[in-house]
Amino acid sequence: MEHSINYETLQKKANFRTRIQKIVIYFFLTVWAIVVLFPFYWMVLTSLKSYSAYNSEYVPALFTLSPTLQNYADAFTSVPLVGYLLNTVIFTAATTFLMVLVSVLAAYAFARLEFRGKNLVFTLFLSLMMIPSELVVITNFVTITNLGLRSTFTGLVLPSVTSVFYIYLLKENYEQVPDELYRAAKVDGTSDLKYLWKVMIPICRPTIVTITILKVIECWNSYVWPRLITDDPAYYLVSNGIQEIRENGFGRENIPAMMAAVVVISLPLILLFLGFRKKIMSGVSRGGLKG
Amino acid sequence: MKIILQNLTKEFPARGKKTSGNVMAVDHFSCQIPDGELMGLLGPSGCGKSTTLNLLCGLEQPTEGKIFFGEEDVTTLSPELRGVGMVFQNYALYPHLTVRQNIRFPLENLKGKDRLSKEEMEKRVTETARLVQIQELMDRKPGELSGGQQQRVAIARALVKFPKLLLLDEPLSNLDARLRLQTREEIRKIQKKTGITTVFVTHDQDEAMSICDRIAVMKNGILMQQGKPQEVYDHPANLFVAKFLGTPPINVFSGTVSKERLLIGGQPVLSVPGVADQNVWVGIRPEGFLIRPDGPLECEMNRIEVMGRDISVISTHAACTEGTLRSIISAETAPKEDAKTVRFALKPEKVFLFHAETEAVIPVSGERKES
Amino acid sequence: MKRNHFKAWLYLLPALLFLIFFMVYPLIDVLVYSVEEGYNFASQTYFGVGLYNFSYVLHDPYFLQALQNTFILVVITVPLSTLLALLISAGLSSIKPLRELFQTIYFLPYVTNTLAVGLVFMILFQKTEYTDGLINLIIEFFGGNSVDFINGPYWAKMFVLCVYTIWVVMPFKILVLTSALASVNEDYYKAARVDGTPKLRIFTKITLPMISPMIFYLVITGFIGAFKAYSDAVALFGTDLNAAGMNTIVGYVYDMLYGESGGYPSYASAAAILLFAIVLTVTCINLLVSRKKLSW
Repeated sequence: MEHSINYETLQKKANFRTRIQKIVIYFFLTVWAIVVLFPFYWMVLTSLKSYSAYNSEYVPALFTLSPTLQNYADAFTSVPLVGYLLNTVIFTAATTFLMVLVSVLAAYAFARLEFRGKNLVFTLFLSLMMIPSELVVITNFVTITNLGLRSTFTGLVLPSVTSVFYIYLLKENYEQVPDELYRAAKVDGTSDLKYLWKVMIPICRPTIVTITILKVIECWNSYVWPRLITDDPAYYLVSNGIQEIRENGFGRENIPAMMAAVVVISLPLILLFLGFRKKIMSGVSRGGLKG
Repeated sequence: MKIILQNLTKEFPARGKKTSGNVMAVDHFSCQIPDGELMGLLGPSGCGKSTTLNLLCGLEQPTEGKIFFGEEDVTTLSPELRGVGMVFQNYALYPHLTVRQNIRFPLENLKGKDRLSKEEMEKRVTETARLVQIQELMDRKPGELSGGQQQRVAIARALVKFPKLLLLDEPLSNLDARLRLQTREEIRKIQKKTGITTVFVTHDQDEAMSICDRIAVMKNGILMQQGKPQEVYDHPANLFVAKFLGTPPINVFSGTVSKERLLIGGQPVLSVPGVADQNVWVGIRPEGFLIRPDGPLECEMNRIEVMGRDISVISTHAACTEGTLRSIISAETAPKEDAKTVRFALKPEKVFLFHAETEAVIPVSGERKES
Repeated sequence: MKRNHFKAWLYLLPALLFLIFFMVYPLIDVLVYSVEEGYNFASQTYFGVGLYNFSYVLHDPYFLQALQNTFILVVITVPLSTLLALLISAGLSSIKPLRELFQTIYFLPYVTNTLAVGLVFMILFQKTEYTDGLINLIIEFFGGNSVDFINGPYWAKMFVLCVYTIWVVMPFKILVLTSALASVNEDYYKAARVDGTPKLRIFTKITLPMISPMIFYLVITGFIGAFKAYSDAVALFGTDLNAAGMNTIVGYVYDMLYGESGGYPSYASAAAILLFAIVLTVTCINLLVSRKKLSW
């Protein structure tokens, strides 16, 4: 019976170890959550502190008892934040709309239609996925400059439209729609365009929504191309705007107002994310953009 | 090692959003598995047999009840302290390890006084591989093996640490029909050779009946009946067990007992001494029918299926719950193909009465005779 | 049938136009630029053809600085972020309560504007006349010496850049690894537990090999992404990265193209092609290594 006593202590030890492990894991996860959340907290907190209060704190307070919205008022009045936001919305909407339109059509050609050289074209297509944007940006910059399209929405939008990856994603999805539907539609005399519009798009709507959201995120945060192509602050997007604010707006010391602008810029995407959390996360895990 | 389950109960929180309360996966399950026996845990899917297995190996903790391995209470012991070997339905062989590494894996976990030297491990691995006859596959990866070979590797991995108890979770369901017959004989042989107490979970009654020393039939987490396969088959405790065991399945009729006589469709078919007057379910095994021109049970003939030595007569009777009934009779007594009706007499020992509501078997005292 | 072909090309046309005009042509053009010596952007003329542009770039101290910065960044952030993401994902998949919440929080940096949050990191790490900044105050609290991470010594700036880069790339890695971990069949773990395998051994002997394809995928995309680092640096140190000594290869390309030091598309092209060659080489090495390791 000494045997069973031995087991009991072993079991107790094992239970103890499991509990310690759980505690360590939760502690560790919480630490990382704080690391992730703290910058957000800090930006909201700072944006609520008044200018004088912020600058008089040698040791910054971890909370504030007298929040003020003055910084937000400043952000909207003393720098063209509304303009930046509006530009970004226009840019994002136009680019995303064109991207979806182009992708829906192209993916349909690859998935459903038959034409000579389809496999070759598609292979070339896929190989384009590996081309880093840094390589093509140079010529695009020259092209747009030579066309006199600098600081126009046309110049901003056109080179940002195509995403080979989204066409690929959509094509894969189209191919899961059974062939019989297409044949049945053909027998009924449905045109291809009508079939695409009435059958394919509704069935593949989840994927279309996913690529739309991913493109919106990409557009909202895009920095490099807009920076290269816009000299006129009237065409700045939020990323360039925030850089401009940092270097020339408010005066470098008005950190609270700067943070208010940062909050305003970050909020739309965070709301979008919280609304479409599952979709965004599954879409990103299928093919992320920021590696 | 003798295994004892005492009032074993496992509740899971209900899955549905609205429904409150818990699901009883295993409900006060008690049974004993004698040392060295092969026990078949049998039931339809979702009856709690896999949960019972998980309780036995310690992957789940019971809500109530106790488990004994021999004299030892192992109820709260975690899996690594129980010394059980387990074969999973999909084998769970590690795809990145070779067969040899897979089999050696459990040995490498042994600690303290159980720790083995490299040579001892190698010896054990080779011995076990020989036992299941996979010596020539040792350096392959599981992906390069056939289903049957993977199965053997999985058994070897479970046996290599000389477990006190071997658990097999639907081990044959991923094999094709021919291999299944062969492998179940193999399992039987290995089990007898090693003498390790074994629990074999399956939903296939044929499998369980053919190789197990004992079977336990479960439904909705409740143990319906246990015993030697033939005993359970010959003396089902209730309608569920009677229906679950046997291919083709038992024929069920609604009948009545009146003055110690059993009536089906108003016709007296059998005398059932000691049974009170009531409505009953009547179960008749397919082999319990005899063709006789003066037989009391008159059925409409449907068709005859030839099975070789025997034939199967498919016919209809109004009182039969399935509509058609299937009987197996010897070919010599076959009715004419174009006969409209067929008359059966019944073999009393193949006829069972079940309570109309509880579905429990109704014992018949004394000799059941044709009335 | 003929009509059908025509129609298919019609559907493809918009995509093809965009791709040819903004991807295929630029791709060829960038090669042309890179070998045109003495290209003048204003007059669009050049002297001759040769490899001088590459030679110029490779001897440009700014490029060498950028190269060094990029390599340090890659070597530090890729292994660290992958390892950290692995630990976090392993932690995430071993808990049930609060898991969704943690996952949601961890993903947040992915959807935020790199430039905007970079500003927050800047004020956390920066030392000004008003305050030493929160991070420095913490360092001082533990008895260390404060240092300006934004305008201070090289290693301090590199440190913030690495921290910020890791912060930015973690969501993607955690997401990919969490779903990789979730796709490992539960039965392997059950089998290992029944065999009494200690948790650490389960992780190293079963989990890691099982998800190793995904880890390699992350390492490869991580290398590619880190080699192309740019906006994180801009977010922290401003647009004039050469002055801060924190430029990256991509930053060098853009600086050659545009801004005060711009107007040299030939040098930019040569630098971009060099970057592409480096990324390609590293990716190929990665693929070779992974093929050797993942034999099953």
